[in-house]
Amino acid sequence: MTRKMRRLSVILACGAGLGSASALTLSAFSDNLVFFMSPGDIATHAPAPGRTIRLGGLVQAKSLRVDKQDGEPVARFVVTDGRTTIPVSYTGILPDLFREGQGVVALGTIQPDHSFRAQEVLAKHDETYMPKDVADALKRSGHWNPAQGPAPPASTWNSVTASR
Amino acid sequence: MDAGARVDALRRRFKPARRGHSLCFNPPPRPDTVTDVDAIPALAAQQTGPRPVRRTLHRFANPGRFLRLAARVQPWLTGPALLLTLLGLGWGLLFSPADYQQGDAVRIMYVHVPCAWLSTAGYAGLAAASLAALVWRHPLADMAAAEIGPVGALVTALCLATGSLWGKPMWGAWWVWDARLTSELVLFFLYCGHMMLIRAFDDAERGARAGAILALVGVVNLPIIHYSVQWWSTLHQGNSIGLTGSSTMSGSMLWPLAVAALGTTLGFAAIVVARLRAAVMERRLRGLLMAHAESVA
Repeated sequence: MTRKMRRLSVILACGAGLGSASALTLSAFSDNLVFFMSPGDIATHAPAPGRTIRLGGLVQAKSLRVDKQDGEPVARFVVTDGRTTIPVSYTGILPDLFREGQGVVALGTIQPDHSFRAQEVLAKHDETYMPKDVADALKRSGHWNPAQGPAPPASTWNSVTASR
Repeated sequence: MDAGARVDALRRRFKPARRGHSLCFNPPPRPDTVTDVDAIPALAAQQTGPRPVRRTLHRFANPGRFLRLAARVQPWLTGPALLLTLLGLGWGLLFSPADYQQGDAVRIMYVHVPCAWLSTAGYAGLAAASLAALVWRHPLADMAAAEIGPVGALVTALCLATGSLWGKPMWGAWWVWDARLTSELVLFFLYCGHMMLIRAFDDAERGARAGAILALVGVVNLPIIHYSVQWWSTLHQGNSIGLTGSSTMSGSMLWPLAVAALGTTLGFAAIVVARLRAAVMERRLRGLLMAHAESVA
């Protein structure tokens, strides 16, 4: 019995040590663990010019313009975190999920004019899983506009599914 | 009697409890092959049957009792597992609605989410078995850990593969090094490392112990996987289903997902129990063959 208790306490002590060590490490490195910086982060800690960073945020409503330049589509849009905004330009085909109000992560560099030139644009999927007809019904009734922000909780629109 | 034989007899009398494996799985030496008279009472005590049950956990340390119980449990796992998995996947893949922005790609979720859940739950099971093996020297715990490993590695690989297949059309990338994806990949490496480590020693018991320590160290990764989407900004979306209510998934998608998750969880358990039964029987067979070979020789 004492042997088992000793083994158990050794394992528990090691676990506590390892757990607190990794918690301290992760909290110390948490700034470097972010996958992207928000426009607000870039405004407060401006990255060195020419350094490649990831910019993440929502595509501002009514900000997307796509032009043709030498046969290539050039997209210009504004990424916002609600307070700060950054204009972004990107040459290439945008992913399927890209739309206004959608979260995006863009890889690129800050230009001298404080705009962002993206080499790669990834669309971030939000947590919403909704059938198409429900989304259409919510849009028609004016309960929710996808370009304005995330969808309300499922409990408020699950009855729409049931009445179908 | 010379000193060597005396030491041998003492060792046999006092040490066997430590080496649970050899006691439980190898038939005791036949008395006619035992030359040391002092050892016979100890052997006779073993042969009178299992010792009285003292602790509940050790009731299943008797492989015979485990085999009888597992044989009774197995059909109740396998049948519902097949039924619910087929029902959930059929419902999700064929009859549930397409998503308003992902389209039919949302159906990958009905495989991806159960695999992701089982990869972490299976690892928790692996770690619990490792703890039982290290602390209580439970003879079946090492075997359970060894049998959970490959199944867990398989569901983790499926989780990563289906996520990648979804990520390309939706995000625009097969793979990104964000915290959720990276920590899940680390989990896959932990499973693979455990599988290799327990086979890396000539002495199986040492391998099992090293693997158990690795498994317990890896537990640190489980909260990191779960909370990565809350602690850090990741490309992977946050949780759609919360225990505290506010779900953002339509009920028409949540129900097939729940059925598929329940079915695959039972399936995971069924596969692990079947593998564990086979391993116990294999070990028993090996013991019998060894005893037979010794008696012939």
